[in-house]
Formats: sequence, C-alpha cells, structure tokens
Amino acid sequence: MTAPVQRVPAIEARDIRRTYKARPRDVVALDGVDLDVAAGEFFGLLGPNGAGKTTLIKILTTLLAPSSGTARVFGFDIEGDTRKIRRIMNMVAGGEQSGYGILTVREQLWMFSQFYGMPGAVGWRRVDELIEAVGLEEQRLQRVNSLSTGQRQKMNFARGLLNDPWILFLDEPTLGLDVSAARSVRELVLAWQAAVSGRTVLLTTHYMAEADELCERIAIVDHGRILAIGSPTDLKRRVQRESVFRLELDRLDGGPARLFRLPGVVSAVLASADGHEGTEDARQTVAVNLVLTDDGALGEVVAALAPLGSHIVALAKSEPTLEDVFVELVGRGFEDEAEAPPPDDGLTPAVPQGAHEAGEPELEDVV
Amino acid sequence: MADPAFSRAGPGRRLRPELFVGQADASPQAAADWSRRRILLTDLRAVRGRAYPRITGLFREKSWLFFEILLPFLTTSAFVFVYRALQAPPEYIGFVVLGGAMTAFWLNVVWMMAAQLYWEKDQGNLELYFAAPMNLMSVLLGMALGGMVMSSTRAVAVLVVASLLYGVSFEVDQWLLLLAVFGLTLAALYGLGMILASLFLMWGREAWHTTQLMVEPVYFVSGLNFPVARLGFIGALAVATIPLAVGLDAMRQLAFAGSQVSLLPPLAEAGILVAMTVLFTLAARWSLRTLERRARIEGRLTMRWQ
Repeated sequence: MTAPVQRVPAIEARDIRRTYKARPRDVVALDGVDLDVAAGEFFGLLGPNGAGKTTLIKILTTLLAPSSGTARVFGFDIEGDTRKIRRIMNMVAGGEQSGYGILTVREQLWMFSQFYGMPGAVGWRRVDELIEAVGLEEQRLQRVNSLSTGQRQKMNFARGLLNDPWILFLDEPTLGLDVSAARSVRELVLAWQAAVSGRTVLLTTHYMAEADELCERIAIVDHGRILAIGSPTDLKRRVQRESVFRLELDRLDGGPARLFRLPGVVSAVLASADGHEGTEDARQTVAVNLVLTDDGALGEVVAALAPLGSHIVALAKSEPTLEDVFVELVGRGFEDEAEAPPPDDGLTPAVPQGAHEAGEPELEDVV
Repeated sequence: MADPAFSRAGPGRRLRPELFVGQADASPQAAADWSRRRILLTDLRAVRGRAYPRITGLFREKSWLFFEILLPFLTTSAFVFVYRALQAPPEYIGFVVLGGAMTAFWLNVVWMMAAQLYWEKDQGNLELYFAAPMNLMSVLLGMALGGMVMSSTRAVAVLVVASLLYGVSFEVDQWLLLLAVFGLTLAALYGLGMILASLFLMWGREAWHTTQLMVEPVYFVSGLNFPVARLGFIGALAVATIPLAVGLDAMRQLAFAGSQVSLLPPLAEAGILVAMTVLFTLAARWSLRTLERRARIEGRLTMRWQ
C-alpha cells in the first residue's frame, strides 16, 4: 500500500554524489547531499558559484545521473521514473535564451505547450492567460529576439508554468536582471505559488537577500556539501549569540558610557544615522549601538533611561544576515572564492570561429 | 535589514494570480499518471510543435528563399549549359534539373538536421527538450517534417523555374510510383539526418568539420548533376548506402520514361529505400537513446557549458 498522497515529500535525496571527469583531476560537484523538501514548500539552495547547486537541480530534473546515491521527486525515482517526473515538473534558469528568435512570444510559448501535450486550441488559450499573468500583453506578438532581458525572463517563467508543474525548479532565475526586472520575477514566483496550492519551488541563488525574502527554508551549500538547513530566521539565530539593538534617544547626558555599566550590556557605542559609528546626527538625536547578552537585558537599559532624562525616539533590533551565517559556517564570504571552472573534457562544442562572418545564421535564427 | 529591492509588495503592475491556475490535477501522482493515448498524443503534438518554427520561418525570412533557390538554380544552370554545349541527350537536362531540386533536401538534412541538435544545445533548447515529457524522437520528427516543408518549397521553385526556362519535358508513366519513391527518398534521407543529429552532438566540435567534409562527396556520389550509373561500382555502392543516390536514380527513371541510364529498376530501388527508411529510423531511435543515456551519465551533451 502506498503512502497517502499528501505525505509524500516533494524531494528526498540521500547521499547524492556527483563527479565530473576532468583534467588534471576529477571535479567533485556534489559530495554526499541529503535533502528533504516538503510538498508545497518554497525551498532555497544558497551558495557561491561552483557550490554544486545547479548540479543538484540537474539531477533532480532528471537531466543528470548521480554518480551514487538516490533521489525521489514526489515519490518518483529520478533514475527509473524519469518520464513521470518530467510530467509534473518544469524548470527555468537565469539567462535562459531558449526557443527561436524568429517566433513571437505567443508562438514560442505555444510551441513549448505542444511538448507537454496540450491540444492546439487549449495551448493557445493557456499561452494567452500566462502572457497576461506575467504582464507581457504588449509583447505577445513581438519576436522573441527583440525582447529585453527582463521581458525574456518573464516569458521563460511563463514557459515554466505551461504544464502547471507540481514542482518548479528555478536556477538563479534573476541572474543578470536589473533590480526592477528581478523584483518583477520574484513577485511572479510568489504570486504563482500563492495562486496554486500545494506547489513546490526549489530555488538556487547566490543572492542572499533573494533567498532570505522568498524561501521558507534554505540549505547553505558549499563545495558540494550542505552545511546547514533551516528557515532564514533559524539560520540567522545560529550565529546570533548576542542581541544587537540600535537605540535612538533625544539626548544622552554622559554618553553611552552610562549604559555600558548596566547589567547585561556588552557594549554601547555611538552610531551615526546611517548605522555607522559616529556622533550625534543632524536631527540632534543620539543613536547608540547596543550589544546585549540577551534580549532580556533591554528592560534594564530602558528603565535606566528615565532617571537620565532621555526619551526613546526609535528602537530597532539588528538581525544578522545570511552572509553572516555563511561566513560563520565556511570561514569566508561568497566573493572570496572564484567561480569553479567547468570541467574541461576536451569535448566542449563551440561555434567555429568565423562561422558568422561566413554568413552562417545567428543562433537564434536557426529553427 | 532587508534590501528594499526584494520587497514582496513592490510598486509594480497589479498581478492577476488567478490566471496562473490551469487545469490542475488532484495530486502529483495523478498528474504523472498518463494513459497510452495521452502519451501518443503528446508525442504527436510535440512533432507539430517542433515543426512549427520551421514552417513559420518559411514565410518570415524571405532571404532564405534567395540563398536557397537562386544559388542552387545557378549551379543547375551551369550544368545545363555544359550538357547543351556537349550536345548530351535531352533527358540529361531533366536529370540535372531534378538533381538541382533535390539538392535543397540534402542541404536541409546536412545543415538543419544533422547539425541541429548541436545548435539546440548552444541555444539552451536541448535540455528543455530532454526535460519535457515527450519522446525525443518527436523533436527529430518535427524537425524533419518542418525541414521537408521548407525544402519542398525551394525544390518546387527550382524545378518549375528551371523546367520552364530550359524546356524540360517530363514523361511520367507511373505517377503513383514516382510520388511513392519521392516520399520514400525523403523518409530515408531525413532518417539519415536524424541519426547524424545524435552522432554529431556526441562528436562535439568535430561536427562542423564532418558536415563540411560530407557535403561535396555526397554531391558527387549521389549523382545530383549526372546519372549515378555512370560511376559504375562507386555508383552502385552509393545506391546501396546513400538515400539521395538511390532515390534520384529511381525518380529519373520514372520522370523520364525510357531512360536507359540507371542501375536498378525503380521498384527494386523503392525496396532499397523502404529498407533504408526502416533501418535509419531504428538507428536514429537507438542513437538518440544512447545520446540521452550518455548525457545523463557523463554530464555533458545537453548542457551549454559542458
């Protein structure tokens, strides 16, 4: 007897390893990854370039076989049930240039709808709905090769929804987009997941703020290993051994030293209006960065302000970022390591030099 | 503090999330459970989908008509003038016009079938094809079908213009057999193109060199501009292995009744074409499966950077 449908996790991966043949030595892209993602969850894989995020997505989308280990998507084995998995999933990657530039947005999406077996008329109708949903009505009859990067990514996102996927794999979906376009894509993802219940999203990103804002849970990945899994709040709490507050007062006679002597206060220093250490700001208030042993010490500080004649103008708790978590786990930041080069198997195809000069068609024109 | 650029409620256009809702199944398990009929229909629709850009492109990119009609026509014309200068039998003019028309299909097979998966990989389409639930043979069939339509237009244009211009008179006794041989020639030719598509992808960058290497020798041994029977043993070998050679030889016999320059009777050559079609289709299926298996195991072939 099979388990009830709602109990089947979206992803179960056990001890996944993946090695690429390369010179001078093989590249270990994944080194024993265990992962569980619940149905309906918005899950993120956060890590620097070359961490193994994309390799894991390729394995889960059945495009790549693991060197060892097992994985299931909604209970379907990635090795034996590839067709079933492909029926219920879809994927969108950042910087994707898929399709044919000669087609219009509408035609391109319809073409992809056919690959998922939609009847012709149903496909056109669904395409029109999704074009409207992602806000490309004005571009619907525009050729794909004339779209901006942001418009193109919206179209790619619409393509990813054509088959109403139960699990959507987003591989760096906002890569290369400007702030506004990236925000639009994120809004679309959230709107889609809110509109269709029970759908799962697996997002890879190296943008910490993106992972923080979108994901219910995050796995921090580096060098093919998952270093930590949890909600953004939980992960940040791991590195938050002390409570940090920014306290803004109308006055503070005697300076922050008056607060430093209070029980539970680790440090108290003047902060500038923009958060950096400094002096009184232009509004004639005093901002103090307070580091406390725990949140409970805040009461003592507040109680001590009245006898000093100080009134609180603003109080905010400073949270650690996911970057702090990554640094804590790895001992370095995202930018400290260059992107791992792709394996060189000597077989990487390339457009021959001079092909375009010789009158060969541009890639997007090849149909 | 969260970056304001990552705000969930941005100032953007008001979304209509209800439009995202499609025809959802009750569960992922139900969504993955397809009947045989649905699988078959999906494969057929995928053929239609992949053929679509090629057929649409036919009407959208007029420059292709110039390059693929005028230039082959000039080559054909050159041979016509040579045969006239040599006072060759009149059916030779017809032979070269027919060969000129069929050139469109061979060029299409080489550049838009054999090299196509290689292009698709560079564009990022290949992994989307692999990730879709259809049979990959549907993609190749769609490419072939679209290619046939594209090339047929060019072939017909060359045939009609050259025939009118050079006064070619066809003598057809067996129209049905001629059409059948034409259809079989295309089936075998595009079957060969489907095999090459997988093989070229596996060979990587050598594909280009191989493509260029194949064009002229196949032109020659296929007898596009002369009767292949004149090549003797090499001609016979070509008839046994190259669909274009055997197809052209049969079509010339059927289009110019009474022509004595041939290797085998048309029916026998039709039989060879049937065998080639079956063999090439099965081989294409096998090579595509091998390609997919190797792609998954080796971690290359489908992905742009690998």
